[in-house]
Amino acid sequence: MVKITYIDHEGTRRDVDAKVGESVMEAAVRNNIPGIDADCGGACACATCHVYVDPEYLPKTGEQEAMEQSMLDFADAVQDNSRLSCQISVSDDLEGLVVTTPESQH
Amino acid sequence: MSASVVIIGAGQAGGQAAVSLRQFGFEGEIHLVGEEAAPPYQRPPLSKDYLKGKLERERLYLKPREFYADNAITLHTDARVARIDRDEKSVVLESGESLNYTKLIIATGSRPRPLPLPGADLDQVFDLRTLADIDALKPAMVAGKRLLIVGAGYIGLEAAAVARELGLEVTVLEMAERVLARVTSTVMSDFYQALHESHGAAIRTGIRLSSLKGEGAVTHGVLADGEEIPCDLVLVGIGILPNEELAVGAGIACKNGILVDRDTRTNDGDIYAIGDCAHRPLVHYGRDGRLESVHNAIEQGKIAAAHIVGKDRPAEDVPWFWSDQYNIKLQIAGLSQGYDEVVVRGDPANESFAVFYFADGKFISVDAVNAPAEFLSAKRLIAADAALTPADVADESVSMKDIMKTALAR
Repeated sequence: MVKITYIDHEGTRRDVDAKVGESVMEAAVRNNIPGIDADCGGACACATCHVYVDPEYLPKTGEQEAMEQSMLDFADAVQDNSRLSCQISVSDDLEGLVVTTPESQH
Repeated sequence: MSASVVIIGAGQAGGQAAVSLRQFGFEGEIHLVGEEAAPPYQRPPLSKDYLKGKLERERLYLKPREFYADNAITLHTDARVARIDRDEKSVVLESGESLNYTKLIIATGSRPRPLPLPGADLDQVFDLRTLADIDALKPAMVAGKRLLIVGAGYIGLEAAAVARELGLEVTVLEMAERVLARVTSTVMSDFYQALHESHGAAIRTGIRLSSLKGEGAVTHGVLADGEEIPCDLVLVGIGILPNEELAVGAGIACKNGILVDRDTRTNDGDIYAIGDCAHRPLVHYGRDGRLESVHNAIEQGKIAAAHIVGKDRPAEDVPWFWSDQYNIKLQIAGLSQGYDEVVVRGDPANESFAVFYFADGKFISVDAVNAPAEFLSAKRLIAADAALTPADVADESVSMKDIMKTALAR
């Protein structure tokens, strides 16, 4: 298990135990974390699982593929540390990962 | 009686409604009644990664099984509903159990259109709808076997792609003159036919199948002209039908689906219908219709829950859909029915392009092939009712983002 903290846009922190191999999106949905819709279920088709990654962890979350980059390019309130959480695979390296969810997923 | 919501159908729509009711603060009883064994799960991966064996079963579930008990949602699995009693405001299960409701949500979904031909009930003839369908099919999806797919819609073509990746010999039969004929333009049909052929699938269009033949298990598809196509298994993907019979039986108005308003209410103010089975207003198009998509299931689940708790209606998104075949991601925004003009942006030969659809000069839809910028721009433009012109998208020297900004500013 890998501990991940989700902070919503109002600052509320929620810790979950994520499984190695699932995505940061799946860990959120499984644990009923608000603010991550993930309508397409992780197919990188909808851009409704946008999160901001704690910059310290950003290098450990892996490279963005072209599809994710293009999807993020059209998301609202995108920052340098924006990622689609369905495209981040949980690994032991991510122990203690902190991500913040945006105010809206549209 | 204290508040109690009964949801008939534990698919993506029913599951979403239950989750949203709790998220929106509903404190009454929630009964979620499904005829399948599994808790609510995602169907799209069934014909993709799950069929490929790349995704374990639990990862399909919308929420882990224990979620429902933890959130005081009574999940009735393997439970079929016999009838809705509107006078008693109750739902009677086939087991004889009766559940009282203050509000009822019908989320009964749809079922595969049955193949109306002799031999359709032979062994090794499969549908592609439920987890149980796929679990039955999977052991037969073995390299070297000959697979015959009836129907070149999205489901059939997605299964064809998986089957080729697994090493089966694949033949797809389509009655229409081109693949995806019911849902898209010739540009797209030509692209997908060529894509499948380049991966070694045989695509035969304009074909009339007359029967399936075999003793016990299927061995041949027999065409109207007498040709026999040998096969080890058959997949049928010729569309779906809305499960509206319970509603009809209860005297609820139906017309190709259960008729609902923007709040997903039927003509009985205490009864809602959501997902594949609902015939709904399509607010971006000034007409109504039935949508067979995840977007629709999730959106209507949220809308019904919001209405029940007295919350503002969540915004209605532009209809959208996706399909993964081989390395190609198709994303569709909007509804293209009724188009009279098509503009192709990009080159299908590069496997990255988008087809823009216009009706009477008005932009209505896009099919975006490995082209997420075009997909997401289109979604926004249709939502804003922006005046995007054919000339705008034809100019490939301008980025899609700039085209979008210009059109939104008009």
